[in-house]
Amino acid sequence: MKRHLNTLYVTTQGAYLFKDGETLAVKVEETVRLRLPIHTVAGVVCFGQVSVSPFLLGHCAENNVAVSFLTVNGKFLAKVQGPASGNVLLRRQQYRMADDTATCAATARFFLTGKLANARTVLLRALRDHGEKIDASAVRRVVDRLSQHLTGLEARSDLDALRGLEGDAAHAYYGVFDQLIVSCHEAFRFAGRNRRPPLDPVNCLLSFLYTLLAHDVRSALETTGLDPAVGFLHRDRPGRPGLALDMMEEFRPFFADRLALTLINLGRVRPKGFITAETGAVLMDEATRKEVLIAYQERKQDVVEHPFLREKMPLGLLFHMQATLFARYVRGDLDGYPPLLWK
Amino acid sequence: MLVLVSYDVATADDGGSGRLRRVAKACKDYGQRVQYSVFECLVDPGQWERLKHRLLGLIDPDKDSLRFYYLGSNWRGRVEHVGVKPGVDQEGPLII
Repeated sequence: MKRHLNTLYVTTQGAYLFKDGETLAVKVEETVRLRLPIHTVAGVVCFGQVSVSPFLLGHCAENNVAVSFLTVNGKFLAKVQGPASGNVLLRRQQYRMADDTATCAATARFFLTGKLANARTVLLRALRDHGEKIDASAVRRVVDRLSQHLTGLEARSDLDALRGLEGDAAHAYYGVFDQLIVSCHEAFRFAGRNRRPPLDPVNCLLSFLYTLLAHDVRSALETTGLDPAVGFLHRDRPGRPGLALDMMEEFRPFFADRLALTLINLGRVRPKGFITAETGAVLMDEATRKEVLIAYQERKQDVVEHPFLREKMPLGLLFHMQATLFARYVRGDLDGYPPLLWK
Repeated sequence: MLVLVSYDVATADDGGSGRLRRVAKACKDYGQRVQYSVFECLVDPGQWERLKHRLLGLIDPDKDSLRFYYLGSNWRGRVEHVGVKPGVDQEGPLII
């Protein structure tokens, strides 16, 4: 019988992990908080100032337990893994899947389903919350369009057709995004998505949040042992984390877009916090950037129930859970990848 | 599967406390201590054989006793805890 082994996440600053017999022990301020037999753990993820004894590292390597070190914000730093890791097989399987056009399209469809469904949820929620203040009929039209595309996804097996659908959906979604901003400040009008550089405060905010998100998703993929560079929806390009961008799609609407809207609509960011450079690029000032970072970290602490695994967890762990589910799909343990569907 | 191991080791004679310590250590390597001489071990059949073999080699069958309760993989409905020191759910999310 195959058992799904657990991953230990250590987020307590100053924690010390050491080997005690065949167990992994976690000590916080001189008291042992947890002791786990090593055979029940598949991986250890340490956030920030967490130390691990060299003997435990060796013991983990021997037992195929991956140990990853991330900054407290979740930026990937390093991973310690033993010689006989199964990850090369996982990665090879990932490459094979990416090379096969049909599998590639099927996989891209999972990510797009997540993206479209979650974008639709964001719009529906705006209709519910601010239905009377916004152009509801325009938003509803886009909701219907996204619903159509969601059904349309099933019929398409061609990658280019899928990308076409995505493009159209994104265009429609950003077309009504301005309606979701109920702040009356002129500076926060949104006339469409632009980037590199972003030309208005809303785009500036979105770009920054997408960067944070890409970072977290990439770390999660690295930790799981997948190759973040080889994507399915996004074509390979040097330096581009294709798979991270793929997996980001499903997180963007409810994680980044909702957060941007909250920040603007609740007045946590102000128009004067944005500076326009000579090139026309809009940047955030120091205080605003800090405010956004704090909001993002706070958001990651919110506890939600994972819709597929039915377990309560902080939002920040969802990246790792989705990466694990994707790895299981690549390994063939799951018939499909369950994208994170927001309710 | 979950196996509950409980033991009674006679510590009155010479070497008794040594046996007790070694039995506890073997159990700790494979499971979680839920009460003083009671361990819950989440193991696969191979690991269980190794642990059982190790335990049988440690005790003195004339003086000590071991009891194994096989709770299978659907153990969740069969275990209830009341009072202090609830155990960690080793299959649940582990965040410290």
